[in-house]
Amino acid sequence: MAKRVEAVNDFVVKFANVNGSGSASANELFARSILRMGVPVSSRNIFPSNIQGLPTWYEVRVNERGYQGRRGGVDLTVAMNPETWAQDVREIEPGGYLFYDNSKPLPQSKFRDDVNVIGVPLTEICNASYSDARQRQLFKNIIYVGALSALLEIDPNEIERLFSEQFKGKEALLQSNIKALRLGRDYVLQHLPCPLGIRVRRASAVGNRIFVDGNSATALGAVYGGATVCAWYPITPSSSLAEAFIHHCQKYRVDPATGNHRYAIVQAEDELASIGIAIGAGWNGARAFTCTSGPGISLMQEFIGLAYFAEVPVVIIDVQRGGPSTGMPTRTQQSDLLACAYASHGDTKHVLLFPEDPTECFEFGAQAFDLADRLQTPVFVMTDLDIGMNTRLSDPFQWDDTRALDRGKVMSYEDLEAGKDFGRYLDVDGDGIPYRTYPGTHPTRGAFFTRGTTKDRYARYSEAGPDYVDNMQRLLRKFDTAKAMVPKPLLRPAARPARFGAVYYGSTSAAMQEALDVLSDRGIHVNALRVRGFPFQDEIADFVASHPWVFVVEQNRDAQLKTLLVNEAKVNPARLISVLHYDGTPITARYIVEQIAQHAAARTVLPFRKAAS
Amino acid sequence: MTYIAKPKLHHPTLGKNQLGYTRRDYEGTISTLCAGCGHDSISAAIVQACWELDIEPHRVAKLSGIGCSSKTPTYFLGNSHGFNSVHGRMPSVVTGANLANRDLIYLGVSGDGDSASIGLGQFAHCLRRGVNMVYIVENNGVYGLTKGQFSATADKGSKSKRGVTNTEEAVDMIGLALMVGATFVARSFSGDKKQLVPLIKAAIEHRGAAFLDVISPCVAFNNHAGSTKSYDYVREHNEAVNRLDFIEGKEEITADYAPGELVEVTQHDGSVLRLRKLAPDYDPTDRLKAMSHLQERAAAGEVVTGLLYIKPDSVDLHEYLNTVKTPLTQLNERELCPGSVMLERINAALR
Repeated sequence: MAKRVEAVNDFVVKFANVNGSGSASANELFARSILRMGVPVSSRNIFPSNIQGLPTWYEVRVNERGYQGRRGGVDLTVAMNPETWAQDVREIEPGGYLFYDNSKPLPQSKFRDDVNVIGVPLTEICNASYSDARQRQLFKNIIYVGALSALLEIDPNEIERLFSEQFKGKEALLQSNIKALRLGRDYVLQHLPCPLGIRVRRASAVGNRIFVDGNSATALGAVYGGATVCAWYPITPSSSLAEAFIHHCQKYRVDPATGNHRYAIVQAEDELASIGIAIGAGWNGARAFTCTSGPGISLMQEFIGLAYFAEVPVVIIDVQRGGPSTGMPTRTQQSDLLACAYASHGDTKHVLLFPEDPTECFEFGAQAFDLADRLQTPVFVMTDLDIGMNTRLSDPFQWDDTRALDRGKVMSYEDLEAGKDFGRYLDVDGDGIPYRTYPGTHPTRGAFFTRGTTKDRYARYSEAGPDYVDNMQRLLRKFDTAKAMVPKPLLRPAARPARFGAVYYGSTSAAMQEALDVLSDRGIHVNALRVRGFPFQDEIADFVASHPWVFVVEQNRDAQLKTLLVNEAKVNPARLISVLHYDGTPITARYIVEQIAQHAAARTVLPFRKAAS
Repeated sequence: MTYIAKPKLHHPTLGKNQLGYTRRDYEGTISTLCAGCGHDSISAAIVQACWELDIEPHRVAKLSGIGCSSKTPTYFLGNSHGFNSVHGRMPSVVTGANLANRDLIYLGVSGDGDSASIGLGQFAHCLRRGVNMVYIVENNGVYGLTKGQFSATADKGSKSKRGVTNTEEAVDMIGLALMVGATFVARSFSGDKKQLVPLIKAAIEHRGAAFLDVISPCVAFNNHAGSTKSYDYVREHNEAVNRLDFIEGKEEITADYAPGELVEVTQHDGSVLRLRKLAPDYDPTDRLKAMSHLQERAAAGEVVTGLLYIKPDSVDLHEYLNTVKTPLTQLNERELCPGSVMLERINAALR
């Protein structure tokens, strides 16, 4: 008998399934039932670029302390895919558990001595109860959820309550699901010792948090931020963002009196058209956005330069995935930073926002439109597949009803009528931001010609060098103004005075919180700064300057944030140590701890030169 | 000097339209194109059409791509907002602009390089979507700004100024427009203002995607013997299928027409297009017959002009999308933002 992993409210379950087998909803049901018991979970889909047939995994981390990052390692594997059996069995921690369908006997060589095996004849139970092939397929998933509920002491009433919410008004479906759940649960209770060494115990650690995916949250932010025009082209992992926007608009943006839509959404022919439509709408005074992923960003380059130079507000949401080229379309990375920060030819710099979770996806998803209008420039919301496509336990969304849309500097008919001097590219206020007019404002004043070519302060075509330089300098001033507007970095100071600093951003946040705690327990104290926007505020450079060594933790090969920090915040590169993770899986706390601990051990003695500097 | 303001002075007897504007009020800055360029005649026709239709200049948005033709919006409608975007992408920018504010008139100006080569995709998709706009291609079969390369509308077998024979098939923009569902398709010649001005007016009045292919000779690079886009060639081979005489209101028919010579088409806004037939069997509301007629005449070396196709009960993108009548740009916070109470409900549903 293998030893048993013993843990209450702190373990990892991984489901190995076949894509298209209907497992996704059963697995999410499993995760939600634990949440309903007041125990935080974080779940992640690991899926192939495929509709049916290839392997797919769903990993649920149960953690009462609320750590949302991927932990690494697996305590219980639900092995439903023979094709990946060997790999799935290999990943289990010593003393962990292997749950499988034992309807057909498997040779002893397929198992591990140090893993506890739980066989449940799922196919047998299913075939005895259902005759329809599709039903057998779908209910097999619910049967294993029932079996797991007994093994892990999940309250079956919570699962049944979730069923009744999901199948409201569909009594037949409700009853058949409850039946399947009980089939699995009853079998296990009669035939196997329950519970396992890992189990769920009711707690109150969830609070008022919500369980939502980042793409849906960003799309809702766009609705609250007043976006009216969306143009998009299907690309994983951003398609569900556009689809969520459609869904939200159908619910919250229909004129109750007429049934007409207060929005326009176009699925364009490609990403070039998507960004073109968004720019056309932004130029004409609507709040417009497109959502895409890395390859789409590459295609949009020329247009992004036009919007920067012609100063057209537009929001681009980049749900990042593994690149380059088609790369790993269904895996996560933070590898578009440089492509977005300097998107297009010529001298360009763009505003970037880095949300850490669905809550910030909502906030930044709305704020991006204010920033774009205020700064009259493209604004990028940099999420990724890990945040975008996984449901995550997050703080509830908040909205202040007194908040008005900041439409920025727009000259009205009255302004023009009163004779105010209008120069489209005239820096009236010294902040680099000029005034604009919407087309159709005034019969004889305020019209101008927008172009990607050089122009003077009154938008007149000019090929004169001084006009060009004047304009480019003003764009720099404008970018400087943006520093004070983008979200500020957040400092998480170490419990004790620390020689090490760490800078991180976006979806790394969840694993980082946990890593910092673990490091602190081991006596390695790190001050951590989460960067939330670009251009960088001065406190980021100050933070780096106040530590002999600063870890820059990110999910790409080339240390893209580090490059930006050196290039734009002018920090000393000698102080920066990169911690990089880019295999397409979300970074784990274990990985960060291991990397930082190694580097820290090598730097226990402060070099003389650094100490003196 | 590339920016020259035109003097505002004009002759006191210059005619005014119902808004009290003279034609001069619809002009832009002085053209920087070559003297004799067909594009300048098209600009003049646009000025004339807008003046005659009593359009307030600031209610027009003029957008273009890149190239000689795309420079022209600077040279007309100086009180309209203009947007010289990127090469071949005017259609997407117009689509977005139109979605943002359905109350303006959208004039997209492009060329054969812009729309038949780099922008062929956007050209087709914009028309098939039914964006309410006038899409003018100033078609000269040649790249002017880059000095004389063939464009995708140059006919197979035609010769460049340097004497090179084009071996590639021409992209038939009219044929494409008909195929992808443009609801107004016309071809004209920059040298025939009498034909062109009424066509532009009808296109402006049309609801939906109105496409106008205007053969517009390039005097610098494509006006020689061996070209099929020269003034001489087009004049010799121009076969107009009809003449558009009136378009606004239903005026009494005063001229004498032989029976069957006149076709009337009523558009969604009540304006009536009176077409004097030149080709006896040509029916501009029959898309399939129009397509085969055009193919036949093109094979015979003719350049068919006139109002080639019109769908009187056309629908535009806003109708397909069921957008509100108020321009999206004018919606306020209350209409756009669901508010905190609703957000609390959304939160509750996510627990």
